[in-house]
Amino acid sequence: MTTSLIIPPGLVLILGGLLMPLLARVGLRSLVLIVLPVVTLWLVWTPPLGATLTTPFLGFELILVQTSELARVFATVFSLMGFLGGLFALRQQNTLELAAAFVYAGSAISVAMAGDLITVFIFWEVMAIASTVVIWCGGAKARPAGMRYAAIHMLGGALLMAGIAGEIAATGSTAFTAMDTSTVPRMLILAGILINAGAPPLSAWLPDAYPESSWTGMVFLSAFTTKVAVFVLLRGFPGTEILIPIGFVMVFYGIIYAILENDVRRILAYSIVNQVGFMVIAIGIGTEMALNGAAAHAFVHIIYKALLLMATGSVLLATGKRKCTELGGLFRSMPLTAVCCIIGALSISAFPWTSGFIAKSLISGAAAKEHMETVYLLLVVASAGVLLPDIKVPWFVFFHKDSGLRPKDPPWNMGLAMIILSIFCVGIGVFPAALYGMLPYPVDYEPYTPDHIVYQLQLLLFGALAFYLTLGWLKQTNTITLDVDWLWRRPGPAIAAFLDRFAGYTWEWFVDLVTATAMRLYRLVHSHHGPQGIFGRTWPTGTMAFWTTVMLGAVVIMSYFQ
Amino acid sequence: MSKDRERGEDYWLARPATIGLLKKLFIAALVLLVLADFTVEHHSYFGIDGTFGFGAWVGFVTCMALIAVAKMFGTLLKRPDSYYDN
Repeated sequence: MTTSLIIPPGLVLILGGLLMPLLARVGLRSLVLIVLPVVTLWLVWTPPLGATLTTPFLGFELILVQTSELARVFATVFSLMGFLGGLFALRQQNTLELAAAFVYAGSAISVAMAGDLITVFIFWEVMAIASTVVIWCGGAKARPAGMRYAAIHMLGGALLMAGIAGEIAATGSTAFTAMDTSTVPRMLILAGILINAGAPPLSAWLPDAYPESSWTGMVFLSAFTTKVAVFVLLRGFPGTEILIPIGFVMVFYGIIYAILENDVRRILAYSIVNQVGFMVIAIGIGTEMALNGAAAHAFVHIIYKALLLMATGSVLLATGKRKCTELGGLFRSMPLTAVCCIIGALSISAFPWTSGFIAKSLISGAAAKEHMETVYLLLVVASAGVLLPDIKVPWFVFFHKDSGLRPKDPPWNMGLAMIILSIFCVGIGVFPAALYGMLPYPVDYEPYTPDHIVYQLQLLLFGALAFYLTLGWLKQTNTITLDVDWLWRRPGPAIAAFLDRFAGYTWEWFVDLVTATAMRLYRLVHSHHGPQGIFGRTWPTGTMAFWTTVMLGAVVIMSYFQ
Repeated sequence: MSKDRERGEDYWLARPATIGLLKKLFIAALVLLVLADFTVEHHSYFGIDGTFGFGAWVGFVTCMALIAVAKMFGTLLKRPDSYYDN
């Protein structure tokens, strides 16, 4: 196959998204939502491995497509989410949101397929803009949250751009290869990527903004930004040791905040951070097995997180509610949604025979194989701990007390999307070879040994016991838990307001001073050169004649003395 | 199910009898899982992970500890959820 036949798969979704408002007018919106992601998936898999498509741009050679196993893993699951997200959102009235979501998905795929740093950066920024629009479509509360989200992502983008510019200046190459962190530009690149991954210290952008998006918006949002960051880390910084502690902070921060959180969608947002933490740790470990684990975990996480968000999105659509304290007992009237949510929660907890189990096992297996004792034991603790937030969602929404709400299961298209995702969760768990075969390195690992199954079930069921015993203590309250976004929502604006006032006063004082000085100067000039000033006033002709006579007289007298 | 509702009973899953049964099944599962450690040989990497019922006690202790830590954070950082509204 010649390179001229390669079509960048992401561009299909981007163009589809841009044209969607027009196509929606002629009734083709559903067709776009369903067909284009399938075309995209086909385009991801048709070019052979190693194929590239390049185009000149401002004196650089952009590599728009560079196929690899890793790119295919991510581009595949991104296309899949375009398709299932689209199916789920068929009844979303807001076409702008879906158009932005498709541009967002297309640019995520474009980053996954990109072969150079400039292409990565371009689509990285398109993602930031498109995702902000998706958030803004969530309603009045989403506007300020989207603005805060955009500000953080513009900062991340600026760091990334500075880093890429420095890297190109230093090496003369735009190649996107594995890097170390020995130079400042590379550290900037890493920092920019970590902001998008939801890493500390700015991680609060995620639970701040995502939950405010619409019932369909968060399904798309959860899939792309953080996982694209994971992809870029996988490709750019495998084996960077600093990622291990950063990942653990993300895991435990995500768990603790999710335990305290009352808003179901915010619980799931914190849960994204803790799940991405596992991937970041795996990238830090950096062995082939660990990198496989990170890629596999990203793949399965996108699927079960989307499933959980579709279930809670269906509840939000039907009831308008998203707090644990306001929900409960919905299994009675939403049995399908409840079952799908439970399957999602089992998968995210890495229950055996679900997708989470076969992916997360690769990561802890890699740590054990490298004899990293502390990392391994912390991963054990983390794996038990993630159960707590993940069990909360189905428990407080569908069981616990009866809230008296009796919403119906969602329409067929939303139900179908959830059923397909549930089948993926269980299917990948029962037949891991399908996913293992896609991974960038050969997998020599068997997750289903009797001791491993017994150990994992012990871990989860005794964790569940702890949850059950502390239910009274964990009573959900109408509260939020302050996060770092407090800094830019409370003292930040206060400082800005103070500076604004301070600057205002200083400016006024300066303007007064300048005006007063100018006025004094003007009066001085005016007093001499003004209409009544000695140099400015008009004198009578007689005076002129008099002084001329005096001068002439003086000349005559002076001539006598010569 | 609607007939049950007419008789004034809740759905089968929410009835006390069902919940009692589920609790018994859960306890049985916990006991069986610990007993299973007699039959399977755990592949121990670091010693501690080969101790009896490792998954069971680590799972329980970890979750208890995390809940306790979370409670501690909660007393410091929890605010009414209208905190940012005004």
